[in-house]
This record gives sequence, C-alpha cells and structure tokens, in this order.
Amino acid sequence: MSTLVEEWSEQVRAAARSGAHLAIRGGGSKRFYGGEERGEVLAVGGYQGIVAYEPTELVVTARAGTLLAELNQVLAERGQWLAFEPPACGPTATVGGMLASGLSGPRRQTSGAVRDFVLGVRILNGLAEVLSFGGQVMKNVAGYDVSRLMAGSLGTLGLVLEVSFKVLPLPVAEKSLRFSLGEAAALEKLNQWAGRPLPISASAWHDDVLTLRLSGAAAAVTAAGRTLGGEALDDSAALAFWQAVREQQHAFFAGEAPLWRLSLPSLAPCQKLGPTFIEWGGAQRWLRGGDPQEIRRAAEMAGGHATLFRADAALKAAVGVFQPLSAPLARIHRQLKLAFDPSGVFNPGRMYPDL
Amino acid sequence: MSSATGLPDQRFTVDRAVLISRLRAVLPAHALLADEEEMRPYDCDGLTAYRHLPLLVALPEDEAQTQAVLRICHALHAPVVARGAATGLSGGATPHPDGVVVSLAKLKKIVKLDPLARTAVVQPGVRNLAVSEAAAPYGLYYAPDPSSQIACTIGGNVAENAGGVHCLKYGLTVHNVLRVRGLTIEGDVVEFGSAALDAAGYDLLALINGSEGLLAMISEITVRLTPKPELAQVVIASFADVRKAGDAVASIIGAGIIPAGLEMMDKKAIHAVEPYVNAGYDMNAEAILLCESDGTPEEVAEEIGRMTAVIEKSGASMIRVSQNEAERLKFWAGRKAAFPAVGRMTPDYLCMDGTIPRKHLAEMLEAIGHLSEKYGLRCANVFHAGDGNLHPLIMYDANQPGELERAAAFGADILELSVRFGGTITGEHGVGLEKVMLMAEQFSTAEIAAFHRLKAAFDEAGLLNPGKGIPTLARCREYTQARAGNAAGAPGQA
Repeated sequence: MSTLVEEWSEQVRAAARSGAHLAIRGGGSKRFYGGEERGEVLAVGGYQGIVAYEPTELVVTARAGTLLAELNQVLAERGQWLAFEPPACGPTATVGGMLASGLSGPRRQTSGAVRDFVLGVRILNGLAEVLSFGGQVMKNVAGYDVSRLMAGSLGTLGLVLEVSFKVLPLPVAEKSLRFSLGEAAALEKLNQWAGRPLPISASAWHDDVLTLRLSGAAAAVTAAGRTLGGEALDDSAALAFWQAVREQQHAFFAGEAPLWRLSLPSLAPCQKLGPTFIEWGGAQRWLRGGDPQEIRRAAEMAGGHATLFRADAALKAAVGVFQPLSAPLARIHRQLKLAFDPSGVFNPGRMYPDL
Repeated sequence: MSSATGLPDQRFTVDRAVLISRLRAVLPAHALLADEEEMRPYDCDGLTAYRHLPLLVALPEDEAQTQAVLRICHALHAPVVARGAATGLSGGATPHPDGVVVSLAKLKKIVKLDPLARTAVVQPGVRNLAVSEAAAPYGLYYAPDPSSQIACTIGGNVAENAGGVHCLKYGLTVHNVLRVRGLTIEGDVVEFGSAALDAAGYDLLALINGSEGLLAMISEITVRLTPKPELAQVVIASFADVRKAGDAVASIIGAGIIPAGLEMMDKKAIHAVEPYVNAGYDMNAEAILLCESDGTPEEVAEEIGRMTAVIEKSGASMIRVSQNEAERLKFWAGRKAAFPAVGRMTPDYLCMDGTIPRKHLAEMLEAIGHLSEKYGLRCANVFHAGDGNLHPLIMYDANQPGELERAAAFGADILELSVRFGGTITGEHGVGLEKVMLMAEQFSTAEIAAFHRLKAAFDEAGLLNPGKGIPTLARCREYTQARAGNAAGAPGQA
C-alpha cells in the first residue's frame, strides 16, 4: 500500500473512532455540486498517475487524483477518449471527482454516462479497508457491480483510489447543424430522429435554435447531413459551441439565478417553468430560477427528477439538492451507506442530509 | 456449497404445511405447485449438474400476487428463488431445498411499447427476442442478444446482466435498461432508475443488473430500444494459427474500429458446428474470426474495407465478406449454434465464462490445450473475442465415475488462470451456484464481507436466493486454506 493510502487509512480509522467527518477533496472543481462540505478536508489530489493504459484493450486505469485534463491528453495522443465527454468544471478537475460526481457531457444521449464506462474501482471504505471491485475487462459479472455504484455517489460511500474506464476511438468525422425551431417542435424532431439510424452524438436547444452534432464515419456523417438539412456550422465554431455546452460556459449558464437540472423522459412536454436549455435529445433540461416545489413536482409528474445544480448554500439547505426518495428507497440508501461507511465518516450531507 | 451435491450451507426450518395454506390463500389453485411430479421440471436451470426439489413452486400472475408471496415467505422466514426461463448456465435459479421457487413465467406481457420514446415496458417473463419482434415494425430492436434469446426472459437478463455477441458496440443489459420496478423481500415496491436517463440518489439500477436475484424480485422493466442499422455485413476470416487470430483482434481494435460483433472459434468448435449447421466454415482453419460492421450503407462499405485490410495484414489464410443478408445469417448461424452443436458430440458439457484482457487470448488457448490433455477431456472454444469473454466448452460424461469432478476441476483451472491474467471468473453467465466458491479466487475476505453487507442493505433476513453469488466467509477461509495447501495451486473443486 502506498504511504498516502496508509496515511488516509489512519485518518479514516481515527475519524471513525472519534465520530469526526472527512470531506474528500480532489481538485475542488465541483465543490459547487451537492450539499455543503462538512468536516476536515481530506485532500487527495496528490494521488496521481495513469497506472495502466493499453489502447488495444480499450481500457485505462488511473489514480483518482490524476488530472482529468492529463488523462484526456494521454488518450487523445492515441486517438481515443472518454466518450461520455465529462465536464471538468475547471482546470483542477480530477478523475476521482469525475467519477464521484457522475456528471456526463453532451454525448451522453448516445454513448452513455460515466457509469456506463466504469469497469473497476479500488476504494478505501469507512472501515479503512482497501477494496477492489470490477476489473479491467469489458464484461464482468462476478459480485455486485460496486464500481458503477460509485459513479455519482459523491464520495459518501468511500474514497475512490483508482478507477478503470472503457475508452473508445475518437470519431473520425464530425459536423454540426443548426435549425430554427421552437421548443415543442425541437423536442418532437429530436425524438423522431433518435428513432432512426442517424449518427447524432449531441443536441442542444435554446432560444428557438436547435444545434445538432453528427459524429462517426465520414461517409455516415456526410449522408446524414444531407438527410437532415439545416445550416452547417464551421468546424471551429462547432468545437467552441460544444465545449461551451459541456463546460456550462454558454451565456445561458451565466449569472446568479439558481440553476436546475431536470432529468426527464425525452418525450416529456415543454415544462414552461422558466428559461430553458435542452440537451440529450430532450432528456436533460436546464432551468434558471423558478419555484423549487413547483419544479420538483413537475419533474416527478413527468417521470423524472430535478437537481438544484448550482445555487447558494441557503437555498440548497432549504430545499435539498436532490429529489427526495420514496420511503423504501431512502431506507436502502441509509443501509447501503452503513454497509460501506458505518460510522458516517465520508462526505456527510453531500447527497442527502441523512447520508 | 458441497461440490458433490450443490446443497447450500445455509438451511432454513420452514413449516411446509403452514406455507402451503398461507400461499393458497393468495394464489389461484393452479398457481401453486406442491406435488413432486409437478415440481420436477423446476428442479434445475441450465446448469443441470445440480438438481433439488424446492418446498413449493409459486407461479404468480401479477405483481400483487408476487408481492403477497414475498410477504408470506418473509413472515415465515422461507427462502425465495426467482426463476425466468431457467436458461441460465450458472445455477442462479437452482431451487433451495427449504424454499419457494417463484416462477415469473406467467408475467409475459409487453405492457407498453413507445416507438417515439424508443422504450418498451415489459413484465419480467417476456422473452428477449419477443421485445425485438414487437419493436421491428418501428425499425427498432432490443440490442443485447444472448445466444439463448429465443427462450431467455428479460427478467433473467437483468438478473444476470446478460451480454451477447454485439455488446462491444451496443453494451450489456445494464446499458440498455432504463428502469427496473422491483419488490423487496418485505414486499415493498421500489423503482430503480426511471423513465429518464438517470434517477436521484445512488445508481441502484446498476446494482440490480447482475445481482442474480439476491437483492430484489423484479416485477417490471423499461428497456431502451435501438434503431435498427440499415445494413450489416460480416467478414469471416480463417487463420492457420490461433495466435495470429488473436493478434488480428488486437489490430482491429488498435486501428480504431469497434466492430458490431467480433467472435472467434477454434478448430474443435468449427468441427462441431460445421457438420451440424453447414455455415460454410473453413474446416482446415485453426481458428476463424467473425467480424461484423453495421450502420448506413456508406459507413459499412468504408468500415468493411478497413476491417479486411487489417485482417489481411494479420495473416489470414482466407477472407470472405457476406454478400447478402441470407449469407450473413448463415455465417452467424454456426456461431449461434455452437453450444447445441457441441452438445451433440458429448453426453454432457460444462460451459466456462471467464473474461481476460484480449492480449492473453492466444496464451489462454494454449493453456486450455494443455489442461485438456491433463484432464483427458475434450474442449471446444468459442470466444466473444471483442471483449475477451471466453466460452470453453468442456465435454464429459456424467455417467462415467469421476468425469464430472474432472470437468469441474478443469473449469476451475481455466477460471483461476483468467483471474491471474487480470480478468474475471464470469463475464456474463453469473456466479450462481456453480462458481460461488471461486469467488474467493477473485476477491479478498474483506471484499466478500462488503458484498454480504451490501446484500443485507436490501435483504436483511437473507432470504433472496441464499447460497448463490457470494460465498460465506467460512467457505472462503476453507477455500483459501485448501488452495494454500495445494502445491499445484489448484484446489480442484468447483
């Protein structure tokens, strides 16, 4: 075991004994997300390095403190990438934070989310045990799929030490198209297109403009471009646009108004709850401001859920960051937390107040 | 479990008469089987080496009846084993002798198919292929296609996180299921996932997939449907050397190609299949590769060109490309019939399921060849080469004394080797009863203990499919000691 991991194990043991809390922090780029940090900061950004990368196996294993930017760079040199386009939310973003936050970018609608690409993890649990789950292979059904469970668990189940991801080749060709469409018409089109074998890899609607990105083999992208029509964006503008969407640097995301993320069935009708930015073929809708209770109710009615993605501490504390769970699910969540972190050492309150 | 009988360690004291009378009150008369004759067909799943009669078999016809059965079993502390089509190969649905088998076979309605949303809501007993058939008129299909797709159910697919021949590109069951509605052992309804792409809280949907019936009973599933590609074509390549075939696989991936399917068969498998199916396989080849491309006609033409170039460079002795859909299906028919074809050659066979990093394919094949000699048993090999998932088929005759034990020891050696190569003991068939002891090969005692705590978070009483999936800590200790005491490093017990 490395010295760092030994030190952290000791810290976890001590915290468990004294009933203290530890707030896991990698690069600190996603501190805005989830409930407020509580307890002593456990700085883990120093645990860096790509442990194994074999392009022909389509697998990379990295320590959790590895900078996301570094990982992206190493993969790009071999013509590969993390196909779920994880948002970094800042230059200090780490691989561990990317897994713990579970956030995926524009390409999620077709390629899948962080959890879909996680193959294995090594974690330090609340009993100060180092445990490995999953592995470095594509198919693995030995034991419960704890690796995927870690995606989006916000560090509440343990400290992620190392992660293995499936990686994919970069698309050969890309092309972005723009259409003038109202919200309802855009949603209808997005759902229709998604049912056809078209290489759509991302979509964004805002202010009566729908932008589509096609990715894949050159022949397929060209053919789909002809089928779909629209106005083509030039390559550098397209790149800048999708980067801005991925990192929430688009003008829609500026300003202080609370930012809500609604995860809805792609067919859900226009919500008419405030200024809206739609991604993922209709399945992810961003909202500025609005009445929290009304937003939560609307999301639930539509078959989805609403997350208070960015807001001040007071509002987050008042309405909670994540959609409340049904009683049986809440019970399973509490029991799972106890199974991994019986003394409640890690990131208390980061996801739900009682976890 | 004991290797000879497959009987579980943990036994339960259940008053059968009380159980029968309480279940009769909530189920129609024909939905509860209690006679030995009637229960006999339920005594095993696809792993036929282990057979037990359960106390009872319940066949609920809706969620309310399933819920009532669970509540009664919970109250009487009776174990519950869920069962779909029982095509599983690891004994996940083998009955517990003190418990109730809950067959979900009657829950076979496609509740809703929404072509615009590209989803289907189905009951757990719906067959895998039935979903694709129902979706076909809309140009959609359900992507995961395990070999048993004609018979296996979606509920079973979720329980095992089933794969298939197209999962390198289209994913496993876990990637194609949006929502699972389940029942806890207490009978509470729980929704894992949602009709959206994610749900609030922990990703319990990921946990449910592949949980082998140990965490919850499945009562409804929402699957994602995929647009059917306009065209698919398959390249079939012969190799005079297994190593070259393995290298070709790495080169294809290395060239940035993700084939829709990438399968490999060795000479024994080819020779089992060809006389049976007449798929047109090269009987002189040491190995063949099937490499599929799908997409738009333009895309497929481009990709097939790149694939054949790479395969040629890898030293293939013969390359053919399917010229029409009938020929493509013919090429695949051989691969899909591999298990029954081998079944024709031998009274019994064991199907292994290890997954290894692809780079060790050739080395693994050589090792299997040596083991085949050592144990005096034939072995045919079919691989999901694209994702390193191996299916060695070990042929034996259960009526010959000692052969089952030898076959099991052979299998255990292969799986230990898989772990040593950095892989896993099971890629898609599950641990079940068959590989429960081998879990100690792959996981530490602390990891096994964590699995037990995780299970208890869902099922505190430990009534859902006890004895499967995760070995008891006492068994792990025994296994580790036996292994340490064995100079050859192989405990020889599965």
